[in-house]
Amino acid sequence: MNRKALAAAALLLATGLGLGAAVAADKLKVGFVYIGPVGDFGWTYQHEVGRQMIVKEFGDKIETTYLENVSEGPDSERSIEQLARAGNQLIFTTSFGYMDPTLKVAKRHPKVMFEHATGFKRDKNMSSYSGRFFEGRYIQGLIAAKMSKKGVLGYIGSFPIPEVISGINATMVAAQKINPDIKIKIIWVNTWFDPGKEADAAKALLDQGADVIMQHTDSPAAMQVASERGALAFGQDSDMIKFGPKTQLTAVTNNWGPYYVERVKAALDGTWKSEDTWAGLKEKMVVMAPYTNMPDDVKKMAMDTEAAIIAGTLKPFKCPIMGQDGKEVECKGGDALDPGQVLGMNFYVKGIDDKIPGK
Amino acid sequence: MQLVLEKRAERSTIIALVSPVIAIGLTIVTMSILFVIIGKNPIAALNVYFITPLTDAYSLQELAVKAAPLVMIAIGLSLCYLANVWNIGAEGQFLVGAVAGSWLAVKTNGTDAGVWVLPAMLLLGAIAGALYALIPAFCKVRFGASEILVSLMLVYVADLLLDYLVRGPWRDPAGFNFPTTAEFDPVATVPLLFEGGRLHLGAVIALVIVVAAAVLLGRTIKGFEIRVVGAAPRAARFGGFSSNQLVLLTFAISGALAGLAGIIEVAGPVGHLQPGISPGYGFTAIIVAFLGRLNPVGILIAGLFLALTFIGGEQAQIAMKIPLDITKVFQGILLFYVLACDSLILYRIRLIMPQRKAADGAA
Amino acid sequence: MELLEAIILAVLAASTPLLLAASGELLVERAGVLNLGVEGMMIVGAACGFAGAWATGSTLIGALCGILAGVVLSLVFALMTLGLAVNQVATGLALTILGVGVSGLIGAGFVGERIATAPRLYIPGLTTLPFVGKILFGEDAFVYVSLALIIGMSWFLYRTRAGLVLRAIGDNHVSAHALGYPVLKIRTLAVMFGGGCAGLAGAYLPLAYTPFFVPGMTAGRGWIALALVVFASWLPGRLVIGAYLFGAVSILQLHAQGWGVGVPSQLMSALPYLATVVVLVLISRTRSGGSTAPAALGTVFVPDR
Repeated sequence: MNRKALAAAALLLATGLGLGAAVAADKLKVGFVYIGPVGDFGWTYQHEVGRQMIVKEFGDKIETTYLENVSEGPDSERSIEQLARAGNQLIFTTSFGYMDPTLKVAKRHPKVMFEHATGFKRDKNMSSYSGRFFEGRYIQGLIAAKMSKKGVLGYIGSFPIPEVISGINATMVAAQKINPDIKIKIIWVNTWFDPGKEADAAKALLDQGADVIMQHTDSPAAMQVASERGALAFGQDSDMIKFGPKTQLTAVTNNWGPYYVERVKAALDGTWKSEDTWAGLKEKMVVMAPYTNMPDDVKKMAMDTEAAIIAGTLKPFKCPIMGQDGKEVECKGGDALDPGQVLGMNFYVKGIDDKIPGK
Repeated sequence: MQLVLEKRAERSTIIALVSPVIAIGLTIVTMSILFVIIGKNPIAALNVYFITPLTDAYSLQELAVKAAPLVMIAIGLSLCYLANVWNIGAEGQFLVGAVAGSWLAVKTNGTDAGVWVLPAMLLLGAIAGALYALIPAFCKVRFGASEILVSLMLVYVADLLLDYLVRGPWRDPAGFNFPTTAEFDPVATVPLLFEGGRLHLGAVIALVIVVAAAVLLGRTIKGFEIRVVGAAPRAARFGGFSSNQLVLLTFAISGALAGLAGIIEVAGPVGHLQPGISPGYGFTAIIVAFLGRLNPVGILIAGLFLALTFIGGEQAQIAMKIPLDITKVFQGILLFYVLACDSLILYRIRLIMPQRKAADGAA
Repeated sequence: MELLEAIILAVLAASTPLLLAASGELLVERAGVLNLGVEGMMIVGAACGFAGAWATGSTLIGALCGILAGVVLSLVFALMTLGLAVNQVATGLALTILGVGVSGLIGAGFVGERIATAPRLYIPGLTTLPFVGKILFGEDAFVYVSLALIIGMSWFLYRTRAGLVLRAIGDNHVSAHALGYPVLKIRTLAVMFGGGCAGLAGAYLPLAYTPFFVPGMTAGRGWIALALVVFASWLPGRLVIGAYLFGAVSILQLHAQGWGVGVPSQLMSALPYLATVVVLVLISRTRSGGSTAPAALGTVFVPDR
């Protein structure tokens, strides 16, 4: 090999390396912190689907990483910090319990952009985002009241946090429009994820006379129990039709992909800034699974309702909203409850014959 | 052909030194094969697990933060195990300590209580942990109930107690019903050693405990007593040592240390009481105690080592996209190898040919 | 009446995995070995059981895969604790860590997959009997197997020579060894049996309870099984009572909420554990009056040569 070739080879190598480095530096590194395993087929799974969507959308312009099964205890701050230190410039932390740790890490890394799901604290470089899941619950309430023969709905709750309470209330407000005497039975399982326990709760609800099951827990266990018993049910987080082809009426699914795409795009363009996003059916962060196993008139009602919510002509928590004591709840948002009232909801509406645990 | 263990006349010092090296060597070989199977570069992977976390100040800090509770609990447990009593309920004592200390933090939250709050919390945590550990100890000396099982049962009870408190009476009124207390006041928080870092006073306390345990075991009559009762209970009886008293004492110490670790963890890295404050520290500490061969310095090293695998596991997820499950498998295999190799300190393995009645002539 | 029937059915289903895992552990502990790795063996059993059933469409093959997985893991435990005389508590805990990892790796490919639930017994005329029909004649095979296991185990422990030997080993391995019994061999077999039971118990979850696999789906049931063995004071008959009691508490606690009964669920959940402690103290007090706690439980045995 002569010297010229050697030099050319060296130059090639150098430029190659240089290019490689340049590409690596241009890549936006995006990190995700998950509360569960990516295979939970529920909450974490949907975030993972969102991550895969940005990978598909942006290809090699970005590089994504995730940490799964990060408990909300003492380990979460370290996990988030590790992602920041590994050069991730945009980090999504996808569980409520990561709120304070995310805030702490965000203060230490002012140049890194943070996105925290379902919380209420923000900072210059920390956005928060969540879904208006209650919009979907409202549609479910209408369907449930139409479809229930016994007039008793069964609701499996995880924890009595506002997100879940507002879901129960939205369901009930809607159901009462169809059947003013509708009853709801609520069982709290105190976990987001324990298929066996969720199945047991579904059985207990069915045994106590409910014939439509709704859940605010993550696994398809309840759907499958309802399917075995010939009852009807709604899916949660993901489309669970596979677990109840003759059972699922619809599902409130979390569709994080479009939001993730939008935020990654903003980060790439340099237009990212801290925001509070609360998106629903309109923005497609909340998406209804196909309406199945119901007569056409019910289906039409559901679709019309969905369209009205998207158009803004129908507000699920339209005033007057009556509390359990029969008194009207203060209407802070003009003609409907304001976002603060929904995000901090800690009361049951009239017609729910139960009390919030620990209250 | 049959594998047979033979007790050595005395501990083998050479193997004691070589065994961890052999164990790590075996782990590296096994994991390399596994990494190749899943299509990852084994050298890079091992580098991420073992070396990278040791190369920057931040990771070292995290190592200490993670190891501190493990070491604290394991030191206490080692005293029990040396005395041949089996406290496996440190997880429960950890939680009860956290709960008791948090009680004060919750009560004083938002008041102008002074700097006495944190020391009082730590004291409460230690006392509560000790009292909780004394339940199985008392059941053992008074009724002869198995301390292994009673202490294990009490773990679940402690877990449910914590769960009840943070979902009910102690729930943060401004916390949107999430199961957590309000964030502790600064006077109820374990101070950081450096501004902007995560290293807190707990790491120093853990070190002090290691030294104290080494002194106790090596230089005091009590320490001697613990070791004698454990190693030769009959001789201890002749020597006039009360084994019952020792059961109570070692359980109380280990409970106090676990409780202290609990409240430090809550008042330090977490900052409030919530479910899931322990990712199994009480159980992991049992492994740490054995890895450290029930020796204070050994436990310090073992605690740091186990912390290394946790942090390395995270970095492996980040840097090489190695699934968390691989890290679990890695930890499991590593523990098996270390425990197995340590067995060779006390025993010698012999291969014998079959068909020889082994039982006769014994005893 | 219908509600009572439904509750009993639910209790039976919820108790069966506990009973299966606990019966295996009972025999292991009777032989003087404490294997804390039940949760780990269960979760691997769940993953392998699902994989087997998914690949073949057969519940039976799934169950066998679960058993096999449990046995393999228990052999690792046996090699460590019996072969190399390593501390049983530490090994059991390490086994659980390993099991969680292995099950996650196996299960990673099965996200969102489902299988058919285990078939239930149906005998025309009997299963359709009011009230008792479904309870007695309409269960899945696991329920019957779990009860058969208990009967078989009682017979084995108290009516056979081998059972006597096993209990002798659990009470005093030194004397048993001196009498010429193969302590380590019998313990190994007992540990394998325990592993198989734990694997089967784990497989029950995806095969009969909820027909899909998700990581961590055992959700602590292996630890409850450990508590049950103590609660039952190592007696197979009491194990059945204990398992159904545990199952009943967890089911009734859900029903109580539906009825609007305001007892903190945590208190109800804690009762079985507190009861276990009380039972333990009571049986230990009457030790001279024939206590059943294996005296050599958890201690290392290395035969003198």
